[in-house]
Amino acid sequence: MAKVTINGIEVHAEDGQTILDAARLAQVRIPTLCKHPDLPPTASCGVCVVKIAGQRGMVRACTTPVRDGMEIITQDPEIADVRRTVVKLILSNHPNACLTCGRNGTCELQALASEFGIRRETFPNIVADLPRDPSTGAIELEPAKCIKCGRCVMVCQTNQDVWALSFLDRGIDTRISAAGDIQLAESPCIRCGQCSAHCPTGAIFEYSQTEQVWDMLMDPEVHCIAQIAPAVRVSIGEAFGYDPGTNLTSKLYAALRRLGFAAIFDTNFGADVTIMEEATEFARRLENGKGPMPLITTCCPSWVDFMEKFHSDMIRYFSSCKSPHAILGTLAKTYYAEQVGLDRDKIRMVSIMPCTSKKYEIIRSDEMFASGSQDVDIAITTRELTRMIQQAGIELANLPAEQADNPLGEYSGAGTIFGTTGGVMEAALRSAYYFINGKELDDVDFKQVRGLDGVREAEVDIDGRTIRLAVAHGLANVEYVLNNIRATAEAGDEPAYHLVEVMACPGGCIGGGGQSWGVTDEIRQKRIDGLHGDDLAHTIRRSHQNPAVQRLYDDFIGKPMGDRAHQLLHTSYTARPEYRR
Amino acid sequence: MAEKADIGTLAAEERNAQAARKARLFCCGSTGCLSSGGGAIANALTEALAGHGLADAVDVVPTGCMGLCSLGPLVRVEVPGRDPVLYKEVDPMIARLIVAEHVVPAAGAGDEGFELPAFFTEHILPMDIPFFTKQTKVVLADSGRVNPERIEDYLAADGYQALQNVLANMTPQAVIELIADSGLRGRGGGGFPTGQKWGFARQAEPVNGEKFIICNGDEGDPGAYMDRSVLEGNPHAVLEGMLIAAYATGATEGWFYIRAEYPLAVDRVEKAIKQARRNGLVGKNILGSDLNVDCQIRLGAGAFVCGEETALIHSIEGQRGTPRPRPPYPSVQGLWDRPSVVNNVETLANVPAIIRNGPEWFHAMGTETSKGTKVFALTGKVEHSGLIEVPMGMHLREIVEDIGGGNPADKPLKAVQTGGPSGGVIPVDQLDVPVCYEQLTQLGSMMGSGGMIVMDADDSMVEIAKFYLGFAVDESCGKCAPCRIGGTQMLALLQKVTDGKATLDDLDLIRRLSRAMQQASLCGLGQTAPNPVISTLRYFEDEYMEAVIVYSDPSSQDWTPRGT
Repeated sequence: MAKVTINGIEVHAEDGQTILDAARLAQVRIPTLCKHPDLPPTASCGVCVVKIAGQRGMVRACTTPVRDGMEIITQDPEIADVRRTVVKLILSNHPNACLTCGRNGTCELQALASEFGIRRETFPNIVADLPRDPSTGAIELEPAKCIKCGRCVMVCQTNQDVWALSFLDRGIDTRISAAGDIQLAESPCIRCGQCSAHCPTGAIFEYSQTEQVWDMLMDPEVHCIAQIAPAVRVSIGEAFGYDPGTNLTSKLYAALRRLGFAAIFDTNFGADVTIMEEATEFARRLENGKGPMPLITTCCPSWVDFMEKFHSDMIRYFSSCKSPHAILGTLAKTYYAEQVGLDRDKIRMVSIMPCTSKKYEIIRSDEMFASGSQDVDIAITTRELTRMIQQAGIELANLPAEQADNPLGEYSGAGTIFGTTGGVMEAALRSAYYFINGKELDDVDFKQVRGLDGVREAEVDIDGRTIRLAVAHGLANVEYVLNNIRATAEAGDEPAYHLVEVMACPGGCIGGGGQSWGVTDEIRQKRIDGLHGDDLAHTIRRSHQNPAVQRLYDDFIGKPMGDRAHQLLHTSYTARPEYRR
Repeated sequence: MAEKADIGTLAAEERNAQAARKARLFCCGSTGCLSSGGGAIANALTEALAGHGLADAVDVVPTGCMGLCSLGPLVRVEVPGRDPVLYKEVDPMIARLIVAEHVVPAAGAGDEGFELPAFFTEHILPMDIPFFTKQTKVVLADSGRVNPERIEDYLAADGYQALQNVLANMTPQAVIELIADSGLRGRGGGGFPTGQKWGFARQAEPVNGEKFIICNGDEGDPGAYMDRSVLEGNPHAVLEGMLIAAYATGATEGWFYIRAEYPLAVDRVEKAIKQARRNGLVGKNILGSDLNVDCQIRLGAGAFVCGEETALIHSIEGQRGTPRPRPPYPSVQGLWDRPSVVNNVETLANVPAIIRNGPEWFHAMGTETSKGTKVFALTGKVEHSGLIEVPMGMHLREIVEDIGGGNPADKPLKAVQTGGPSGGVIPVDQLDVPVCYEQLTQLGSMMGSGGMIVMDADDSMVEIAKFYLGFAVDESCGKCAPCRIGGTQMLALLQKVTDGKATLDDLDLIRRLSRAMQQASLCGLGQTAPNPVISTLRYFEDEYMEAVIVYSDPSSQDWTPRGT
């Protein structure tokens, strides 16, 4: 404990706590542009300067730890002047393009400029003419808008272990780019979008496709279908004034219908189908000793991409099951098309995802065209849907509760927790237990795999067998798990794990790169709680008990892992080791 | 491993061999003299000696810097029993004449009736001029006296005795205390007490059994070449200092970070490390003790900011050379997160002499707070420009007027710039101040690493400020906004001043911007970049006002910016 004073107010801070955090104890918010709660400080913006009594010169609150007896001054005319001058400098190196910027209204620099009451340009505007990089089709770099806070580089290198982004050149010419000054699509980028989720300005932004969706909706020749991912429903409300984690499923159905979609399906149904396949695959590998252990989940396209690029020796462990929205896309253009008698080429499937990587997933391999057409035509993010709802003038808060459409709209509690780290694992266990010993679990809550720790390991008992589990999220946490798998495989020992779940984004999809702005762990937890609440609200909490799923198998697919399932619901992976570091 | 000769024996053998020479000819082989044609001198001397059959009786010693760089190439002749004679601006013909004049008679090897041409004597440089007599050489004591590429030369000059003494007779703690007692402070500019820094590193727990000592040789101030000269002139002294530091702090590995633009320094340090390793001074069980330290070199990739210790560490690690916030300080968490001491070249070069002569000896030189000597690269409008070493506390005026010999054009001096792009100007009426860390800072400049540029009435102070700021802007790493953008905007404002387009508001803005850069920049580069501007504004505001006032009178057409 360190006893310090913040502007004369005595507080008890933790040893080693930064001044920025300790100031909160005295109800003081010190402004900063570069510090993000998720990330270690980059100390680049220089806005958070404060004074310490007895010390010459100002220090950065974001990096200076408190010491016992420290007297900290966070506000005086001199500090205010320095901060204001620094913000003016940053504005002078930023395009005056707020009105046409995707972050207009959510930009952290804009907010700071407004707070500081900056009304005119003190310094001439010097902005380099740098080209945009939309090459990935998932996220778009606009380096001219970059304020060099370093968050994206840190999240890409430190949290995700991808190292696609870096700074190039120096001094005033410093710019953000794919490392090596290549196109982002040629880089190791896995399109997770965490860079865009952490960017304070509009320098990194989802590759926006709302206009294409509008065009589809206005085309009388086509039948537009929407599906929403589990994580979207507990995050989109943040943009409309709701608390994080508020479950807006039924309002979203209504909103999508008003936007003009002819059918509203739920990705959670696809998640239940995923479990039918994946849990069967797991049960078979476990039962028959067929196939390698562990089974690794593959719902996350960024994780799949990362594995193909950096850890392709893991392909053999991967589940061949497609991700829920891809499955739903295939089923919409086959099963549903058949039911309603529509030509699949007249159907347009729009996935609303918490994720930028899904934009890439929908064309990642031949199996994404299993219906004969492109199964999912467009994937848009939570943020894009937010804008569409706003553009349509739909008052989300006042909408009535509506239901999804049949036959791909009904879901179990297991389907909805796909959106959180550990959720796929938990859902798989609920069904695998039944598939293995024909009995239902008494308690479906696997609390040992929940939480926000980067890696969580647990053991569960199924039919007298000890099943070892590992859950990792945030790709920098993956290597530990993979190395354990490699070590036991090399030694010929019992496998380190039987079931492994990986999600690229911290918190899983609820923390996805396409979710509402301003995520922190506190918000992630609320979104997770929202999904667990949705799970609890369902009487059916096991995927295999979803009656719509049962009908699908009875009427159309046949057996899980059967021929038709293989043709429609599974995919394959390719090593692309050119990105090996 | 083959039996290693004891370094004491090697030193004695070398001393005997030197004493047996009929003459020793020292020719400066530093970058400065080499670039003025010095490369040919050693060859000319050797050929002339061979012509007289004296090749084996006389040493031709290529040395490091002898100091008076503006008059190079320099050759010093030492004949036993006679006063040494120093020659300036030597060319191959003068070299041959030197052999004829001094060596041939001393060796009794030929005709003494040779008549010298009149111009020859004009090349004699008197050694009793203030440039030489007012200096006190500690760091540069052996530069110009030893062949930096022969460890035997250094050993004969008492080299590695300090290390031997430390290993045999002192605990690491005692070494730290001794250095602390001496009052040695970092010579890279910051002036942090060296003993204290070593103490922090000593206390830090090694990580994976490792702890590092890093020699910062990334000198980059315009016009400064102190560290280069020390590394070129006496690399073994720096290496010995590093080994002593390693012993004191518990470091397991030593790193020389030298800028790639110093190929000669790199080459000589490389040779020094090899020779030291061969003689059991680097590697395992140094001089039979428990000390295990290996040393290696990393080249700077051409960024001034890599002289900042955290950027330097990033650079060695193979990352972008950008600074990071401190704490944690490198002595706690440095290179690859190991505790790492970063010491400047000159700091380490002081260490062997302090151990050999005792802390009191060192303490006796200098002022209350600044002890020992300081090496400066004295340049600009002075008669004698070159590399000098003076005791701390000497007045600036004495350095400029006596050692520097005043202005060659007899124009009134205007100011002295110290501290390079981080420093400032000191006006001529304030030159009666002793050289020490605090005084220079108080005057709005700083000690810096040792650049000292003398300016006269011809020099425009706004142009000077613009030059230094331009340097800092070029070298900004771009990591933090205040430095990256602030420097560029400040440069644009100064351009406005020299274009005659600035208003009084612009001068206010310059001051405001200076404060923001000083207070909010992440590292020393940005924090000190406005110093040349602030100090010229402080002492020469009239030169700024001249431009501003003229601009406010649009009828005035005959105004031209200064310094153009």
